[in-house]
Amino acid sequence: MGGRWRSALMTAAGFVLLVLLWELAKLVLPDAGVSVGDTRVLPRTDDAAMPHVWTVLAQLGRPEVAVPGARLVGVAVAAAALFTLGLALGGLVLGAVLGMVLALVMLRFELVERAALPYVVLSQTVPLIAIAPLVAGWGGKIAILGWSWQPWASVMVISSYLAFFPVAVGMLRGLSSPIRADVELFRAMAAGWWTTLLRLRLPASVPHLLPALRLATAAAVVGAIVAEISTGTRGGIGRLIIEYAQSATGDPSRMYAAILGAAVLGLVAAGAVGLLDVGLRRYRGSVR
Amino acid sequence: MTGTADGAGDETADGAADATAAVRLVGLDKAFGSVRALTGIDLTVAGGEFVSLIGPSGCGKSTLLRVVADLEQPTAGTVEVSGKTARRARLDQDYGIAFQQAGLLEWRTVAENVELPLQVHGVGKAERRQRAGELLELVGLADFAGSRPGQLSGGMQQRVAIARALAPSPQLLLMDEPFGALDEMTRERMQAELLRIAGETGAAVLFVTHSIPEAAVLSDRVVVMSARPGRITDVIDGCRPRGTRAPLGHGVDGAELAGDALSDRVDDVRESTAFFAAITAVREALRKGHG
Repeated sequence: MGGRWRSALMTAAGFVLLVLLWELAKLVLPDAGVSVGDTRVLPRTDDAAMPHVWTVLAQLGRPEVAVPGARLVGVAVAAAALFTLGLALGGLVLGAVLGMVLALVMLRFELVERAALPYVVLSQTVPLIAIAPLVAGWGGKIAILGWSWQPWASVMVISSYLAFFPVAVGMLRGLSSPIRADVELFRAMAAGWWTTLLRLRLPASVPHLLPALRLATAAAVVGAIVAEISTGTRGGIGRLIIEYAQSATGDPSRMYAAILGAAVLGLVAAGAVGLLDVGLRRYRGSVR
Repeated sequence: MTGTADGAGDETADGAADATAAVRLVGLDKAFGSVRALTGIDLTVAGGEFVSLIGPSGCGKSTLLRVVADLEQPTAGTVEVSGKTARRARLDQDYGIAFQQAGLLEWRTVAENVELPLQVHGVGKAERRQRAGELLELVGLADFAGSRPGQLSGGMQQRVAIARALAPSPQLLLMDEPFGALDEMTRERMQAELLRIAGETGAAVLFVTHSIPEAAVLSDRVVVMSARPGRITDVIDGCRPRGTRAPLGHGVDGAELAGDALSDRVDDVRESTAFFAAITAVREALRKGHG
């Protein structure tokens, strides 16, 4: 457990360091940035381009609009981040399940592996920006059992589209990780395919699956945010970043507050997946 | 008694106790593509008999073991294990198997590893626990039931693997260089352990090894093989010390010899002239097969 505390401490220290670097850049570099000839090589550091960290934090406590009873920026950011977190986690679960099923099918039928794996890789080279409107467009034409497609469902699907890839690849690798002697031992014990899967391949896949899930979490969060922006879905942090960026050109601290919200959202999602690590601890040390 | 006709004249006493041979191979051929891994193998292992397979790399001794285990299909010939087809015997868990690598599952405790074959076959939890306890007692690791395999030394891991192989109470143990990765001292101790366990369980053992002394000290018979094509060139009597299952009147006061006593007997064998004679015979047979 000492290692866990230390890693938490290091994370906090890293954050402090980042804040210090930000403020140091503002302090040392000229407001107009650094230019070589006509080319600016370092950005402007005035308050309009790089607001102080405390200005950003203070922004969270201000009302969104100058009307009595208006929502605080912090509340708006938190609500939006929570909304996006839900979509990202939903996308992660959907993507992870899809990825695992795909890995199992590829394991079971070698032909499928050879046929599908190139497309699995190919799927990730298609730009997200390109498929987002497609998904939203198709989704708009579907109604499942009387439930009409909602914009947030498109976001979840797109998020899962990014999340399934590392899970499928990591899981397949993990499922195929037992050495021949282990597989033969199970055969010698007259264990069938499913028993071998349950007692050997699944436990052996955990050390490969956990890092894959961590990658998938990051991908799901990014996917959800980008999907919100490119499908124009309201209510999430992606949309909020755009709104704040457009409405407050003179005061970028509000946009940074929203970006901060997105970063915290990513940390929370990563932390949630980190809990899996703890639950599956007994299976971790088995990479050979 | 026809089952033990193959050079096992001195095994008739054991054979009589169990009319079905543990392993019976007749005219066995195995080819991998154009490579003839095994040709014309005739071999019978009687119930309770300890038979070693020895030969140069590529002589097909591991392949032979794997054919018996139904991990490879023979190209031609008959394979009978406990009077059944190899496949049937595998499905019935009539044999236990151990490889050079202990191959314990890291996420399971020592006891859970031993229980694995029983779990695979749907034996209830309480019964499994009890059987694993007995087996760990047998291999002298009762205190390590709750440990992880990673916490055990190589020799201890191999003993767990043997306990696991014994879990379904097989009458045949197939072992592919199980002590190959162990240091010499551990290896000698494990050899004595194996003889004790084989004696106590009455299981026949088919044992693949590279080591001439190991084959000589453990075996009732040493089967010498030669490569290209893989075949049996000689069968030589080994020096297996008996005693653990001595008939009444033969052991100490008719009782079973304790493990320590057997261990002393094994040490005696290692210094006996019969042992050196067996080693010489095996070595000459190997050289003859090579030339």
